[in-house]
Amino acid sequence: MTVPGDITAYSGLEQRLLNDFQRDMPLSATPFADMAEQLGISEDEVMHTLQRLQNNGAISRIGPVFRPNRVGVSTLAAMSIPVHELECVARIISAFPEVNHNYEREHEFNLWFVVTASSEEHLDIVLHEIEQHAGYPLMSLPMLEDYFIDLGFDINWR
Amino acid sequence: MAMTELNQLVLQISAEDRALIRAVEHGLPIVSRPYASIAQQLGTTESNIINRLGRLIDNGAIKRYGVVVRHRELGYRANGMVVWDVPDHEVSRLGQCIGRFPCVTLSYRRPRRPPEWPYNLFTMVHGRDREEVTRKVREIVESCGLHDFSHTILFSTRRFKQRGAQYSQPAARKPDIKLKLVRSND
Repeated sequence: MTVPGDITAYSGLEQRLLNDFQRDMPLSATPFADMAEQLGISEDEVMHTLQRLQNNGAISRIGPVFRPNRVGVSTLAAMSIPVHELECVARIISAFPEVNHNYEREHEFNLWFVVTASSEEHLDIVLHEIEQHAGYPLMSLPMLEDYFIDLGFDINWR
Repeated sequence: MAMTELNQLVLQISAEDRALIRAVEHGLPIVSRPYASIAQQLGTTESNIINRLGRLIDNGAIKRYGVVVRHRELGYRANGMVVWDVPDHEVSRLGQCIGRFPCVTLSYRRPRRPPEWPYNLFTMVHGRDREEVTRKVREIVESCGLHDFSHTILFSTRRFKQRGAQYSQPAARKPDIKLKLVRSND
């Protein structure tokens, strides 16, 4: 299983599948056959290629991206962790199913993660649990306004 | 405070739609008739699934529908969370300006937490390497007129977890629940 590091490592077909169907994928009963028709190839080839791209990690998933704070409630949390404990604490935090992103960043606040829950009450409980298990206080920074219109990520933008 | 504002956005989701969200939040199955497959799992019809997903798109619950890529695997190895301290009355205009750059994938207003956290605008900037991110940030400062406001770039050095959000947990659970902390990431 290789993880190519450059977009040029992908074939023309792979690049089109990665780039051209990030939004407005038709809600038809046979989305992959529709994509195949647009690309002039077979449905099987589309499905195999997408499956391969998903297996090697280039595609995270195919389907909906939910708007923040409409279906559930989420927040961005930050912690300041001593370097020698960071990996251990990060693993504890990643184990929470409510945590979907968890990154180390270069700052005094060196661990940043997103927590998503089905309600405000549930979110509060999870944040409290995370602090208990991690042993460090967290700074919660919920989104107040979203200025980003998500059109997908043009992989050939440069 | 913030949570009150958040609650105004949260949609009332039926139990039926919750089950649908649970079935699709980690992606469609890559099969010829993905909605028929989901319908079978949920004991309903293919057209019912398609119609309800259409409604979730129309009412704004779904922001984008399609292929979700991972930037790092596509060669965009550097990402900087760029945080800005801008005047509150300008945050909306500046957030929209930054959000229009193709290298930017998020632009949110968040609360300040003085004194340790003065920043109120959060943007995510992607690049092939750090230099490219730094260069893009300079272009953004130039183009949106951000010279007078302080910002800092928080480069990510390690990714411990990245996947789509999971919205389908139970509405509440007891705080004394014991989590298994030995699971692997993802």
